[in-house]
Amino acid sequence: MSEWAEDVFDVLVSAGVRQAAYVPDMGLKRLIELCRAEDSMTAVSLTTEEEGMALLCGAWMGGERGVLMMQSSGVGNCLNMLSLTRACEIPLLMIVTMRGQHQEFNSWQNPMGEHAQGFLESAGVSASMIEDSAAIGPAVADAVGPVFDDNARIAIMVHQKVFPTKTFGK
Amino acid sequence: MTTKSESYPLRRREVAKALLADRDDLIVVGGLGSCAWDITDAGDHDLNFPLWGAMGGAAAIGLGLALAKPEYRVLVLTGDGEMLMGMGTLATIALQKSRNLAVVVFDNERYGETGMQHTHTAFGVDLPAVASAAGFLSTGTVTNQAEMIEALPVILGDPGPVFRSIKVRAESLDFVLPPNDGVVLKDRMRKALAGGATGKAG
Repeated sequence: MSEWAEDVFDVLVSAGVRQAAYVPDMGLKRLIELCRAEDSMTAVSLTTEEEGMALLCGAWMGGERGVLMMQSSGVGNCLNMLSLTRACEIPLLMIVTMRGQHQEFNSWQNPMGEHAQGFLESAGVSASMIEDSAAIGPAVADAVGPVFDDNARIAIMVHQKVFPTKTFGK
Repeated sequence: MTTKSESYPLRRREVAKALLADRDDLIVVGGLGSCAWDITDAGDHDLNFPLWGAMGGAAAIGLGLALAKPEYRVLVLTGDGEMLMGMGTLATIALQKSRNLAVVVFDNERYGETGMQHTHTAFGVDLPAVASAAGFLSTGTVTNQAEMIEALPVILGDPGPVFRSIKVRAESLDFVLPPNDGVVLKDRMRKALAGGATGKAG
């Protein structure tokens, strides 16, 4: 099992990320735990992903950097607030773990899984799908500069291959 | 039921002016629609963030600001329709126990920008009760001038998160429009807070 969560966490700490907003996913379990335990970060548990966009807008105006961690099934919940992010050119760094791909057991996850990347891109977010766990940390590191120096909106999408398969006990 | 809020005594523009009269370094997020016009009518300011969209997001924007700037007071001033769309954020705010955050709903029981249709609060949905159940430290409803005078120092200074529903008259007022360039609105707030100083707009 790779240590990609540690890699990403180290990048976030080095980048000075202070607000770590999330809606949980099994694939994000370790990364969320690391953020929650980090003194320099405030972990913000959200009720829906779109809160995260609005929260990070406020964070940025207050001088703090943030990250939004979520699963792909929540992309549909974000589209309204992505207009805020775009209209105001708010920096946005998203870590999106995928559902509806590799060995997905729950077919209801498939419709959003198939289109999450396209939805994000059509809403003005540059989204790249990473399939190699060793490449996830570097991909987030590469996103930090464009996001926080140039107000870019970037989603690093982590392919479902990277995670253990969720089987519902089967 | 249908016309009740048309005779409420409190008028939104007067309440906004009272809330913002001695604002000093108060950060103000104005929810989409009438509240954005109300805070602008009270005086545009670098620490105003009036929303032209993002319905349901005002309280979460205020939370992000409150977390980033714990030494500042943050006031989210929004409408009942806007708050209903983002009601889950009340739970998110309660978890953060933001001492410097107040959420005030100007509750006219109407969607004021779309034809004055009733919102859920017209039929009894009790937003302060929702905030209280979520875990806000201080909640309540304000219906008249005497209660408003009592609520002012709570909204502006008591440990939060504070929630108040201010029942205001359903009325159609002139537009008082803030700048609509989101980048300008964001940048002026960020600069003012980075500089640690208050700047009156213009």
